[in-house]
Amino acid sequence: MQNVTQIKWFEEEKIAKIVEQAIAILSETGVYIESEEVLSLVREAGIRIANSRAFIPEEVVRNAIETAPGKVIVYNRYGKPAMDIGGWNLHFNPGSSAIQILRYGAGKTATPVSRDLVQFARLTDSLKAYDAQSTALVPGDVPEEIADRYRLYLALLFSGKPVVTGTFSLDGFEPMREMLQVVGGGKKELKERPIAIFDCCPTSPLSWSELTVGNLVDCAKSGIPVQIVPMPLTGATSPITLVGTVTQHCAENLSGIVINQIAMPGAPVIYGGSPACFDMRKATTPMGAVETQMINGAGAQIARYLGLPSHAYMALSDSKAVDYQAGMETAMSALVAALSGVNNVSGPGMHNFQTCQSMEKLVLDHEICMMAKRFREGIKLREADRPKEIIEEGIRKKTFLTLKSTLQWYREEAYLPDAVIDRAMGEKEADVSEGDILKRASGRVAKILKSHNSAPLEFEKSEAIKEIMLREAKKAGIDKLPELPD
Amino acid sequence: MRQFYEECKQAVIKGDSDLAQRLATEAIDKKEPILDVIENGFVKGIEEVGRLWEDGAFFLPELVMGAEAIKKALSLLNPVLAEQQKRNFGKGKLVIGTVEGDIHDIGKTLVSTMLSANGFEVYDLGFDVGVDIFIEEASKRGVNCIATSALLTTTMQKQRKIVEALKERGIRKKFRVIVGGAPCSRRWADEIGADGYAKDAVAAVKLIGELIGGS
Repeated sequence: MQNVTQIKWFEEEKIAKIVEQAIAILSETGVYIESEEVLSLVREAGIRIANSRAFIPEEVVRNAIETAPGKVIVYNRYGKPAMDIGGWNLHFNPGSSAIQILRYGAGKTATPVSRDLVQFARLTDSLKAYDAQSTALVPGDVPEEIADRYRLYLALLFSGKPVVTGTFSLDGFEPMREMLQVVGGGKKELKERPIAIFDCCPTSPLSWSELTVGNLVDCAKSGIPVQIVPMPLTGATSPITLVGTVTQHCAENLSGIVINQIAMPGAPVIYGGSPACFDMRKATTPMGAVETQMINGAGAQIARYLGLPSHAYMALSDSKAVDYQAGMETAMSALVAALSGVNNVSGPGMHNFQTCQSMEKLVLDHEICMMAKRFREGIKLREADRPKEIIEEGIRKKTFLTLKSTLQWYREEAYLPDAVIDRAMGEKEADVSEGDILKRASGRVAKILKSHNSAPLEFEKSEAIKEIMLREAKKAGIDKLPELPD
Repeated sequence: MRQFYEECKQAVIKGDSDLAQRLATEAIDKKEPILDVIENGFVKGIEEVGRLWEDGAFFLPELVMGAEAIKKALSLLNPVLAEQQKRNFGKGKLVIGTVEGDIHDIGKTLVSTMLSANGFEVYDLGFDVGVDIFIEEASKRGVNCIATSALLTTTMQKQRKIVEALKERGIRKKFRVIVGGAPCSRRWADEIGADGYAKDAVAAVKLIGELIGGS
């Protein structure tokens, strides 16, 4: 095992017990599936169905765990591996599907439009802590029935990074798959080198809607990686105890993995989620609650125990603004994700209960993610055999600044944050002013948007996906797509 | 006698459905004046639950259990009262449901329970309810309010569809349409031309009371 700083939530025996209970839930309580098509698919696999519930026997679950790959590699549009989801690897990407954007200085949120999506993709493309982009914003300037594919279209055009995405309707899948196939270079190529991950969200407790379970099967057949994203809420849609929710979360994930593997054994699938510690006053789903992080962290440990790659919605906040609460929650959550071994963390940039995205927050969260990554690496045993020598050399030279060792290691030993993080000593009273960090973040956003562009998508490919998008737009009753910024 | 009302009130505050049902049965058996039992007993209890909620002393579990308790009691008492009074004393009628494509049920059921507990005649259409079903049921049941819940940013658009469909059919003015659910807001309600938004179950009871309470 890699030498990494880590949190262990349970002893192995306890995990075995949790998994055992999750399997008992699947075989005896069963899982509700809304789709006739999928019900007959699982029935054919020998699973008993009654009242639209599938009762999945232990050997089927164990078999699915066995056939599901231990890691999922996702590629950028240049054909290079960008994410190796599995083991102790750690990847961050922006939270997906925000319906609002908080623009700097606006003081209130707005419905995102194409221009925001383009900027968001370009910004994400430039920030190295994010190994993938996501279809982070739901555009309000196209008909809602094509919003899912249109946001993927813009993501593919304006960033080379792989995309974490999903559909809003059953018929959204096919055009999205077509676009991915064009950009990925063909059907077989897309299977071999997938460039996107689809989120498929069961409804807690233990239910699959027609849409999500349809996507789950469609993705498996096309070789597109799937993230199972159950959202059990303690005391509302799952047991109040954290361990009870962790168990239900496990059962829900395993149900998705079973369906996915029945559709296509060996299909890439990720044990994921967005569970939350339900707020008993506001009836909300606080992503920033410490208990939410604990459930997610424990989930990652269970995934690793099962030999499956993991995902979680973490490194985000419930705050309405990009403020103290936003920073606090995002940082705690990112760190717990990193130390628990969550392989793919979706969330940065996001706030207000997964409804809003902010570009300034995305830039600030980037620093949090880089710090979390550094923390996770732990203390390396560099020159550990000769500290005495180095100390003596430093004393002799009356400084350590000019030692060869210092020059060799200072960039590796410490993460050097971007200037949005203020590490200057405040000398004058004027240096102490509130809200400066947002201004600095806004400056960085502007600077990046002025200078950074991904290598453009090849002309033929961009024309081909435009054609697909125009066809979809016509179906939705519009002749042309919104004008895009230069 | 006041002691008996106090017991009814306390049963609701404690969220004890069994006790509330027992007390309701006792009231019927002993031929108590049912309206008094409801108004001075059980309703006082749910009012106190609401107050404790607003004070921050009660959380959702107490709120829901209180509502469940009074609902159980009312389900026994209401038919008898209707008999005694020869009238339907409901505050107002509405249909409620979670929109199409969305199978989240908890918040909607909570609102539905609280409304019933507060004397509204509630037709709960469940979840994954299509636009047409909402409108057909609302017309058939003769209600004057359609309450819609959406828990996903992807399904909340259906709330807009309901308002649009009512307009298209020229019956928009017949119904008050209200929206709720995690991604909704007052602004969303305004944007889609709904009549109101409620952030939680207690707020929903107040809102609907203001909109159709007098009917």
